[in-house]
Amino acid sequence: MRWSTLKYFFREARTSLARNRLLSLATATTVSICVFILGLAILLYMNSGEVIHKLESDVEIVAFLDKDLSPRERDQLQDLLTHNPQVLSVTFVPRDQALKSLEKKLGDREYALMETLEGNNPLPDSFKIKARDPQKVASLAATIGKLEGISKLRYGQDLVRKLFTATRWIRIISLFIVVFLGMAAVFLVATTIRLTIFSRRKEIYIMKLVGATNRFIQAPFFLEGMALAAAGTFFAIIFLACGYYYLIDNVKPALAFLPLITDNRVLLELFLSLAGAGIGLGIIGTFISVNKFLDV
Amino acid sequence: MLVQTYNVSKMYSNGVKALSDVTLKIDRGEFVFLMGPSGAGKSTFIKLLMREELPSRGQIFVAGRSVVRMKSGDIPLLRRNIGVVFQDFKLLENKTVFENVAFAMQVVGAPPYQIKARVEETLTMVGLKGRESSFPSQLSGGEQQRVGIARAIVNHPLIVIADEPTGNLDFDTSWEIMDLLAEINKKGTTIIMATHAQDIVRRMRKRVIFLEKGAVVSDSVGESIA
Repeated sequence: MRWSTLKYFFREARTSLARNRLLSLATATTVSICVFILGLAILLYMNSGEVIHKLESDVEIVAFLDKDLSPRERDQLQDLLTHNPQVLSVTFVPRDQALKSLEKKLGDREYALMETLEGNNPLPDSFKIKARDPQKVASLAATIGKLEGISKLRYGQDLVRKLFTATRWIRIISLFIVVFLGMAAVFLVATTIRLTIFSRRKEIYIMKLVGATNRFIQAPFFLEGMALAAAGTFFAIIFLACGYYYLIDNVKPALAFLPLITDNRVLLELFLSLAGAGIGLGIIGTFISVNKFLDV
Repeated sequence: MLVQTYNVSKMYSNGVKALSDVTLKIDRGEFVFLMGPSGAGKSTFIKLLMREELPSRGQIFVAGRSVVRMKSGDIPLLRRNIGVVFQDFKLLENKTVFENVAFAMQVVGAPPYQIKARVEETLTMVGLKGRESSFPSQLSGGEQQRVGIARAIVNHPLIVIADEPTGNLDFDTSWEIMDLLAEINKKGTTIIMATHAQDIVRRMRKRVIFLEKGAVVSDSVGESIA
């Protein structure tokens, strides 16, 4: 392609952006808001995924042992559990230690507890078992519960189920919002381009009659749509990045237990994908109007 | 043979029959008037040559190629062989005279040095030297039509189609435009002109194709107008 042709495309796109200044601004702003919320939703999703992952890995099965189990039988049982492919780790918790941690949890009621028990520890020995796949805790628990020497099982069954329900809903709702906003952005880009096409229909007609190719006629419109989307996307990403890094710097120290994503490579990848998505919206919007209203 | 049509009929989707069974031959270098009352099919005939419309039946050849069977990607190439002049000039108001003419070359991808030379040469030929940087609103009707003609011929088309080019002009100005078209025709460009102006047709003594209700009712040279 000739340099002069390329310059012509850019000049045409710029002229028409300047001509429909208000609409161009509105469109870029909508794209911006859309990409911003898309980014927000993805960040929220990624981070909630991270939190869930952490909580999931904290979910463990506590298996209480029969009181009359001999140390040898106990070791055999631990061996059996360790060799189960679904088990990640097994930790033995002696009854004394269990009582101590219970005391700790109860805090200032410690004395009352010790008094009530009168030195008798009612707690059995137990194993803390972590599952390799947190999603299969329930089935693993069922297997372990059938083993000889285990009297009782406890695990965060409800918590696990609630967590997975929550993740699923977060996924569905953010997907819904993003699709809806994406459609709004595409619609606005299409409207802008449509207006440009109408305001230039005489030029387009003359171009057709003197034998300009379809691609030549269409090119400035795609450039315009992409420029609109790119401008909106640019600001969205700037705001998103500034906001997120501010959050990391100011919230992370205060809420250290919250596992926020801070990996710059992951974030850069996200921002680049957002840029691609934003410009994609511009191209789709232009495509719709060019096909519908540019009779070439 | 530059333009050939065989039994061309055109029926619009609203049921209006615009052309019926038109068979014509137009030679390279001819000057042809298309006459007939409003609605006789002149505009439709022009649209078919430009491939703005497809005929309902029949075959059309322009410069040896079938316009009917043409792939859509080849339509621009067909149109580069045809320059069009309009009754209402159809100039771009926000572009200068020079830019209006250059536009036709730009959009077919001509290199800038060629555009400058050719536009200047063409503007000189139509008698607008010195008016390059004027805007259409600053020109008289006749001058605006000269810009329209310059735009139509700047790409050196084989055919110039003029659709009522003098329709908006007074008597003297009309003759200036006719002289210009005759000059272009003398250089070898085929001219097809649709018009209502009987005095012009009579005095030009060129071939006249007379259409009525979509059919050719006479095709002869000279003043013998129905």
